[in-house]
Amino acid sequence: MAEAPRIAIFGATSAIAQAVARPYAARGARFFLVARDANKLDAVHADLLARGAAQSATRAVDLARTELHAGLVDAAADALAGIDVALIAHGVLPDQAQCQQSFEDARRAIAVNFTSAASLAHELVNRFEKRGEGTVVAIGSVAGDRGRQSNYVYGAAKGALALYLQGVRHRLHGTGVRVITVKPGFVDTPMTAAFPKGPLWASPDRVARDIVRAIDRGESREIYAPGFWRAVMAIIRAVPERLFVRTKL
Amino acid sequence: MSAVAVERPSWGRFPRQAAARVLALHWRGEPLPAAAPMLPRGCGSSYGDTCLNEGGTLLDTARLDRLMAFDRTSGVVRCEAGVTLEQLLDVIVPAGWFLPVTPGTRRVTVGGALANDVHGKNHHRAGSFGAHVRALGLARSDGSHRECSLDSHPELFAATVGGLGLTGLVTWAEFGLRRIESSFLDVETIRFHGVDEFLELSRESAERFEHAVAWVDATSRGRAFARGLFMRANHAQQGGLAPRARERRLSIPFDFPAFALSRVPVQAFNTLHFRAARTGATRDHLEPFFYPLDAIGHWNRMYGRRGFVQHQCVVPMAPARDAVNALLRAITATGEASFLSVLKVFGDRPSPGMLSFPRPGVTLALDFPMRGARTLALLERLDAIVMDAGGAIYPAKDARMSRETFRRSFPRLQEFVPHVDAAFSSSFWRRVHG
Repeated sequence: MAEAPRIAIFGATSAIAQAVARPYAARGARFFLVARDANKLDAVHADLLARGAAQSATRAVDLARTELHAGLVDAAADALAGIDVALIAHGVLPDQAQCQQSFEDARRAIAVNFTSAASLAHELVNRFEKRGEGTVVAIGSVAGDRGRQSNYVYGAAKGALALYLQGVRHRLHGTGVRVITVKPGFVDTPMTAAFPKGPLWASPDRVARDIVRAIDRGESREIYAPGFWRAVMAIIRAVPERLFVRTKL
Repeated sequence: MSAVAVERPSWGRFPRQAAARVLALHWRGEPLPAAAPMLPRGCGSSYGDTCLNEGGTLLDTARLDRLMAFDRTSGVVRCEAGVTLEQLLDVIVPAGWFLPVTPGTRRVTVGGALANDVHGKNHHRAGSFGAHVRALGLARSDGSHRECSLDSHPELFAATVGGLGLTGLVTWAEFGLRRIESSFLDVETIRFHGVDEFLELSRESAERFEHAVAWVDATSRGRAFARGLFMRANHAQQGGLAPRARERRLSIPFDFPAFALSRVPVQAFNTLHFRAARTGATRDHLEPFFYPLDAIGHWNRMYGRRGFVQHQCVVPMAPARDAVNALLRAITATGEASFLSVLKVFGDRPSPGMLSFPRPGVTLALDFPMRGARTLALLERLDAIVMDAGGAIYPAKDARMSRETFRRSFPRLQEFVPHVDAAFSSSFWRRVHG
């Protein structure tokens, strides 16, 4: 990876996205930042410039509007004169209980967490495929590794995204295009503000460190962040269903 | 914003008090929660109870950590209040800039540095941190977001600099940095014997050295009384601009037993430290010079589970010699031992802050393992000496001063009080004023 890559970030105001962007800003990277809230986007934009970013442009867009994605990715490629790394980091954590009452809530969460993310990945990798290079990084979740009563709507969308990207990775193997699926565990962000925190929780900076390392090493695979979640989820996936259904996980 | 109740002790871990809730703030433009009494909380590196709010709300500013502007040519930085000095140094030092004023740890936020109007080893030249703040953003419980400076809302600005987080939430600050050619310092270390020698060294160093501070052996008696090491330094011209020194980081893994910092081991350590000190000229990275204790994680655990109390005073120049001698004698007359005792001469550059602690004179910082009534009795005796000399006690290090001592320490208190936000308070404030 170039020392100062050209980076497009979708969901640039998310805590993990900010934490990933900062070390690249210090190296003089160039940014195209997309998020819904223009004020928050400006705050992130100014932060990255002050930290040493060579360039930053912003676009305030609701990423649930997938019909805008093709134009948005073109605009990012124009502004940066080519994208080296695209980070897909937007997402919502729906209220599971409400999703069980009304499928509209579930539909909205799936539209943002899966459909919108997959649509962006689609637009990006097709352009990257023509060039024979480019890295797509998308934030999945350990919640996508097994359906659980406490948050299966969120988990289903993140799990679908992981499967989609797994397929893309398979399709583009050997082309030079890299696809990284990040599966964070519990991360202390505004999204999880209402949860009590314990020793399994990680800071956005901790998660970002693993993401930056994977990008810089040119990896193309699934990563768990922090890494111990790979073992935790392997165990959780291995529990037979007839036992698992008796738990409260 | 989130509510998660946990006990967040101050650095001295005395007193131990729990807030009812901790709300994490994420964006500087957010409206303040309705959760009075509220207190902004950065790193919690204040020693006593200025960063505690028993039964109230702590507004955690750790995620208000964005830079807003950094002009690499003029050296002016504007950033959110939760940015720590450590985070800031990693950005500004490689660009050839240093903090205008720095306390003895990087583990403080900009908001905390401002609210305590912190000082450093260059006070005789540069004044306090607040003297370098050009503007700040203040969110109040009436819903207002104001920009305050010497020109805009000047009284609120003066109340907020050194205002202990009581005038509202500082959301950002802008201040000027100091140009450096290197992240190293040319340091000179000199042994001294007695307060007179310390004062003479301070006098002769003031013009020629930007940084000056002394460690004093507060356990020494007889001919060794008030011996110490005087350190003075200027920024070096060479050495490169690496923001961190390559040093192995130690950490204190558990609470030491209570006797670890009792008188005999501290006396032994001090004697060794005094005799073995490397005197003369050296070139050191800014890290060991400004932040020696940052290299030891959780050093507060050395004081054991009961925690420790600090005592920092300033006394005017005229009675300083007698007052410092009286303070040191009062300590050696008891069984207490101050491990990290620091002497420094403050300069006369004024701070805008109404409750600013630094003022012309001599400051002495002490710390004692908390051993209950006898420790508190000694601190009362120290306060009396300081009050007789017309001095002041530093709130950021205090956990026990009386209302009367606080009132006498801050002559502009009555001017400050009307600016306190009605929805803001702290354990300290209720103790000394409320």
